[in-house]
Amino acid sequence: MTGELELVVAEAEELFRDLRLGAVRRWKEETGGLAVGYMPIYVPLELFHAQGVMPVGIFGGGDQLEIIRGDAYYQSYICHIPRSTIELGLNGAFDCLDGMVFPAICDVVRNLSGMWKLQFPDRLVRYLDVPQNFDPEVGGRFYRAELESLAAELAARGAASYDASRLRESIAVYNELRGRVRDLYDLRRREPWKVPTHELYVLLRASVVQPVEASIRLLDRYREAALAADERRPMDQARVLVTGSFCEQPPLGLIRTLERSGCYVVDDDFVQIHRWMECDLPTGGDPLASLVDAFLADSVASPVRYIGEETKGRALLERVERSGAEGVLFCAPSFCDPALLDQPMIVAAVEAAGIPWTAFKYAENNGQFQVIREQAGTFSDSIKLWSD
Amino acid sequence: MTTPAEAVPEVRKDGSQHKQKQMIADHFSRLARAPRTGDKCVYTFVPGNLTELLLSFDLLPVLPEINALQSGMRGKSREYISLAEKQGHSEDVCTYVKCDLGMMKSGNVGPTGEKIPDPDLLLLSYTGCFTFMKWFEILRQEYGAPVAMLHVPYQGDGEITAAMRDYVVEQLRRNVIPALERVSGKSYDEDRLSELLARSARAEDDLVWVLESAKNRPSPIDAYFGGVYYIGPIFTAFRGTDEAIDYYRELRAEVEQRLADGRGPLAPDGEIEERFRLVVEGPPNWTSFREFWRMFADEGAVVVASSYTKVGGVYDTGFRHDPARPLESLADYCMGCYTNLNLPRRVELLSRYVVDYGADGLLVNSVKSCNSFSAGQLMILREVENRTGAPGGFIESDLVDPRYFAASNIKNRLESYLQMIDQKRQAGGTA
Ligand code: SF4
Ligand code: SF4
Repeated sequence: MTGELELVVAEAEELFRDLRLGAVRRWKEETGGLAVGYMPIYVPLELFHAQGVMPVGIFGGGDQLEIIRGDAYYQSYICHIPRSTIELGLNGAFDCLDGMVFPAICDVVRNLSGMWKLQFPDRLVRYLDVPQNFDPEVGGRFYRAELESLAAELAARGAASYDASRLRESIAVYNELRGRVRDLYDLRRREPWKVPTHELYVLLRASVVQPVEASIRLLDRYREAALAADERRPMDQARVLVTGSFCEQPPLGLIRTLERSGCYVVDDDFVQIHRWMECDLPTGGDPLASLVDAFLADSVASPVRYIGEETKGRALLERVERSGAEGVLFCAPSFCDPALLDQPMIVAAVEAAGIPWTAFKYAENNGQFQVIREQAGTFSDSIKLWSD
Repeated sequence: MTTPAEAVPEVRKDGSQHKQKQMIADHFSRLARAPRTGDKCVYTFVPGNLTELLLSFDLLPVLPEINALQSGMRGKSREYISLAEKQGHSEDVCTYVKCDLGMMKSGNVGPTGEKIPDPDLLLLSYTGCFTFMKWFEILRQEYGAPVAMLHVPYQGDGEITAAMRDYVVEQLRRNVIPALERVSGKSYDEDRLSELLARSARAEDDLVWVLESAKNRPSPIDAYFGGVYYIGPIFTAFRGTDEAIDYYRELRAEVEQRLADGRGPLAPDGEIEERFRLVVEGPPNWTSFREFWRMFADEGAVVVASSYTKVGGVYDTGFRHDPARPLESLADYCMGCYTNLNLPRRVELLSRYVVDYGADGLLVNSVKSCNSFSAGQLMILREVENRTGAPGGFIESDLVDPRYFAASNIKNRLESYLQMIDQKRQAGGTA
């Protein structure tokens, strides 16, 4: 790896591994602003930014956190992310957060919002309901009311009041970020050897725990250094799309294992928030309406969204096509209802399209990847053999 | 999640019980005849069900959760779940879904031995649980039936706001009612809906009276094992009917009589002599329902209040269906179901039950299937203990997957819990 590339990745990895959110603490000291955590998938980051609030992605404790108290909050058959999140809340890692927002992901996150209210009664705790009805006059109106009340709640906690022009500016800033992420995904799709997924992943993780402007700079530096890394050469790897890891994230070691066992990950669901909207949002007009319209019309086909008339799996097949993936890896956290209930429907579509697939489960704190290494290795070998 | 009364084995001989059995048998036979009579079937869920609205269009409700729990009680669920798992459904997810799918793949034969017709519409009223949404996405793929979606917002802040109510009402007007009009070929008749809602409220009054009779000592009812009978008609296909009014009137009269006689509830092996009064959080296990109940009855443990009997509607805090504001009232009903309450509200309700019903403590039966119920129950338990001073107990099982009913383990835990209550009593504690 060249010096700069190494440096950028190390910087990102340090941010990603810093469960005590040092960058957030520093930002607060410098600005005196509020910082509010949010659980994975989607929240309107622009709205926080426009009110001078730093949104902070809370994606669990990964494989670096020892669970001491979190297990006393959850039965064994519930996924891992809520127990590591509670652990971090209790051990003081989130002391720099003035509040938490829990988007409507699943019953676990929904209930965690109430647990947070009970555990941290002085903080802002907000369940953000998002519509499953995509009619602008119905779901759109409801979502707008949710956003307005979120904005009011942030202001009541000391954030700047809602201001349309500031929101337009924030939308523009996040368009920049989204554009950078899209470009890197495109680059990885074209030249996956230039942008290994274990690097892209830590960059994305870093992007949710530091100010957006700093994330844009980091992504720019990375792109430049990755493009210049001529020593990175294509290898005979199978191109795979990884799906199912939209909430509790796989440990970094698992992503490395997939790559080492012969897979180029050419599309994925990791840290999906910057790719939740597939296009840029308008920077003029009524910016709240832009947030609402984009959510209704332009969100990814996530398992946490109701897929109405459309055929299940169509969106994934399109992603397979776009990314040139030769196979699909269903890679979901254990006990993840939305991912695991969705999977058989998507598998049916993938099979009908004649695309090879395989499936395994993980927990964010897994440390042993031998089985997955063998499974992914066999899968990539079979793809290579088949495509030959 | 849900209720079952249809499937509960015959352990009681009260007249209301026979009546309920007959109501259910008639319903299933009407369903079985539907392909010949032209009646249309709408599959839907118990929490947040829109029964009166369906009945106002003469549509027949089918409740897959009920079918699943019936399969559990009839000893069929193991085979059905295994079939669904063989077809790729994860061992980690809700067993109601897998049980329903297995039943469907095995011919969709209901409890009366007759085939349940395919859905003409899937009414996805999405209250208190995200799994419902996935469940009907799966059924849509299986049956190719249309879906009418009703997204019911969650009470994240423990209240129903005007925006939430408007959202539900608008979906009813713009999506659900037109879908019901299409499938039934009839126009929406608000007067008829109101009449049905007025009948619901009458039955609801009697149900609440019955549930609250458990405040007496001894309690004349068991509000969990017995409670699943009592909620049967009102949580399923009968809310809004005269039969439901009659059933609850008769049930109330029976309980009044038991109260007057100073008798305790009937359990599988006869009347229970009350030694412990418990509040139970979480659904029961269906595959070993009688064995489970017997464990309580043998110890003289009577459940005086339960959250499970509120999954299809929380009526004892004052809500009634209101004929004067039909759609708004349906919206409030949907949003008010137990698992749609946030955790602080659940803690408040359970703490109130412990105090108001003079319970010795809160026992949680945590089912593996159901994150909607289970995620957070350990915290609920501690909070209720802190607020009431009454000790909490915790057992684990599942709804319809017999692999997760470890009888000796559950029995041990229950006995230790009751011993703890006893010791506290002897020590002059709060219990
Ligand atoms: S991992 Fe899945 S089940 Fe767990 S909180 Fe996330 S979405 Fe919910
Ligand atoms: S997860 Fe719970 S509430 Fe949802 S369908 Fe299953 S048992 Fe019912």
